[in-house]
Amino acid sequence: MAKRTVPQIMRQGRLAPWLYLAPALVVMTFFIVYPMVNTIYLSFLNKNGTAPASATCVESRPCWGIFENYHYALTAELNFDSVRTAWNSFWVSSYGNNVKWIILMVTGTVVIGLAFAVLADRVKYEALAKSIIFMPMAISFVGAGVIWKFVYDYGTQNVQIGLLNAIITALGGKPVAWLSTPQINTIALIVVGVWMWTGFSMTILSAALKAVPTEIIEAARVDGASEWKVFASIMVPIILPTITVVVTTMVINVLKLFDIVYVMTGGNFGTEVIANRMYTEMYKNFNVGRGTAVAVVLIIAIIPFIYFNIQRFLEQEEIR
Amino acid sequence: MNGLPSRDRINAFFGKIPTHFAVISLVLIWIIPTVGLLVTSFRPVQEVNRTGWWTVFSPPRGAEDYDQFCASCHGADGKEIPTADLTDPGLVEQFPRSLQMLAMLRQDIDGKPHMGDIPLPSAQQAADISSYLQRISGIEAPPRFTINNYVDALVGYRGTNTYLKDCASGNQPVDINCNISDLLNPRGMGRAFVNSLIVTVPASILPILFAAFAGYAFAWLDFKGRYWLFAILVGLQVVPLQMTLVPISRLYAQMGLNGTFLGVWLFHTGFGLPYAIYLMRNFLGSLPRDLFESAYLDGASHWTAFYKLVIPLAMPAIASLGIFQFLWVWNDLLVALVFLGGTRPVMTYQISNMVTSLGAGWQLLTASAFLSMLLPMVVFFSLQRYFVRGMLAGAVKG
Repeated sequence: MAKRTVPQIMRQGRLAPWLYLAPALVVMTFFIVYPMVNTIYLSFLNKNGTAPASATCVESRPCWGIFENYHYALTAELNFDSVRTAWNSFWVSSYGNNVKWIILMVTGTVVIGLAFAVLADRVKYEALAKSIIFMPMAISFVGAGVIWKFVYDYGTQNVQIGLLNAIITALGGKPVAWLSTPQINTIALIVVGVWMWTGFSMTILSAALKAVPTEIIEAARVDGASEWKVFASIMVPIILPTITVVVTTMVINVLKLFDIVYVMTGGNFGTEVIANRMYTEMYKNFNVGRGTAVAVVLIIAIIPFIYFNIQRFLEQEEIR
Repeated sequence: MNGLPSRDRINAFFGKIPTHFAVISLVLIWIIPTVGLLVTSFRPVQEVNRTGWWTVFSPPRGAEDYDQFCASCHGADGKEIPTADLTDPGLVEQFPRSLQMLAMLRQDIDGKPHMGDIPLPSAQQAADISSYLQRISGIEAPPRFTINNYVDALVGYRGTNTYLKDCASGNQPVDINCNISDLLNPRGMGRAFVNSLIVTVPASILPILFAAFAGYAFAWLDFKGRYWLFAILVGLQVVPLQMTLVPISRLYAQMGLNGTFLGVWLFHTGFGLPYAIYLMRNFLGSLPRDLFESAYLDGASHWTAFYKLVIPLAMPAIASLGIFQFLWVWNDLLVALVFLGGTRPVMTYQISNMVTSLGAGWQLLTASAFLSMLLPMVVFFSLQRYFVRGMLAGAVKG
């Protein structure tokens, strides 16, 4: 990496820059750097941090010694009786659910967001339509949880006040317990996530699409390319870097996601995710060792994206 | 040009119909859940649990049956026969239920059957007609819309009636005083609103202030490790909050900061900073260099340049950040749950409590949720421009 030259004007004394940085650095060290180190340390200790994690091992059961909390964090939800049970239990564990969340929510938000950005570009009420799609971004997860719990409401045999079940019964179907039927409920929660975050990807992708030079698009149209062809082989490749940014942001969001699950199902009925499980271990079971171990697993899952972010920053700096 | 649109324009219009259809359907799907919440929050509790919110503009219960069985003689408004005026409460009071209603309908009037050629209504239909008559005669006319849910939510009323009724009748619940002080009842959303505001305002100002300082240093001052320190900062943006909860709450316990506003302000400041500094530095770095050169040449110190030049020019970035941080803190549940909990409940905490503990009905829940969304919505729709701009500049915080 090339050493950047520093303009003369920036030389304002040795101490001055650090005075400007001091408040931010102190607060960030205290609230982000120190706790991260401490969390890693605590994850090797027992329930209340008084003895090493290996002390919690039980005789005649498999034990990972000092990594016992990780043993719990990684395998407690799985059933290793056979390959088949292990596979099945994975898909209802917090990890399996997080994988579902990542796949469906990232695809959902990017595909709908991109489609809407392209379509809304062709109508006169674009601004209004976009702010409606974007609006859930202003709402809390808790508020969204209430809104959707009402949509998913599972009423009595005669009265359905939940919109979705009312539609189903009006069409002659049987009402569905959306939030307590395993498999269906995770999908139902992911729909809420997509509803909240599509506005984000739509806005960013829309800005990228508008920045695609019109000459290129016009040239392709003159050459007889269909609209689909223009979209798929010209626009998408040009905005691919932006799509990558949206995807990574979304994956990070999903991994950290806590509130929707906490409010709507509390992680019951097979909807557990990593972030909620960590909360449960720490503040409901009061097991600091296990809770922090889950947190460390979470940060390990996020490290590639930290790396990606820094990489992207460095590339941008090269261009500047 | 005047008068008839050209053939091209007509073709363009019809060619766009699928696009319009797709855009409008998506918009409807997106907005209908929220509309449902809003409508429900204004409906009386009996109605909320009996019919879906989408029936709110359909005719009241029994109206159709009335038209079928009674309207031909009594008239659409029930006043056609002066001796049997169905809007007269005195008359309708005699037939409060389907049983009395059917008995009366079976009797002859002036030697002829009451109903003439029309068959008798079923028991259910008679009950519906009876409730319809009570409505048009004014005996019991539940309003379509009410603000009682909002009043009850604000003061934290949990009784079986409504706050206004209980206070009017004088037998109020123990923790209700029936005066303005109820707005600060710890169980109510009024108090939670104040708490949310107390949490949010300093937690939005502090990180912006610190970020302006640090962003200035990163953009326009030279120091050793400037580049790498900033790269680390970019990495810190995605550190999950959950990582830090346990160590911080242990420290707070020792320092006596658990359950205090100060603790939450500082925590949000710490977590808001990486993104805020990133945005601030990128914005300040894009200001023209001549500006700073001439300021320094004129003898301005870095401090003068900071508060006379940087702060006024950075206003757009400050606005973006302010909205971001405001929405983030206002909507946060996890931090409030862990560090404030029930001692100083904020709005998200109160709502999540109502949801997870069974008991609070939909009418309270929907009104509370809408109360909590009110301020973010106002901020969002009035300052959307800045919000979008900030998001496009950073696009990483979540």
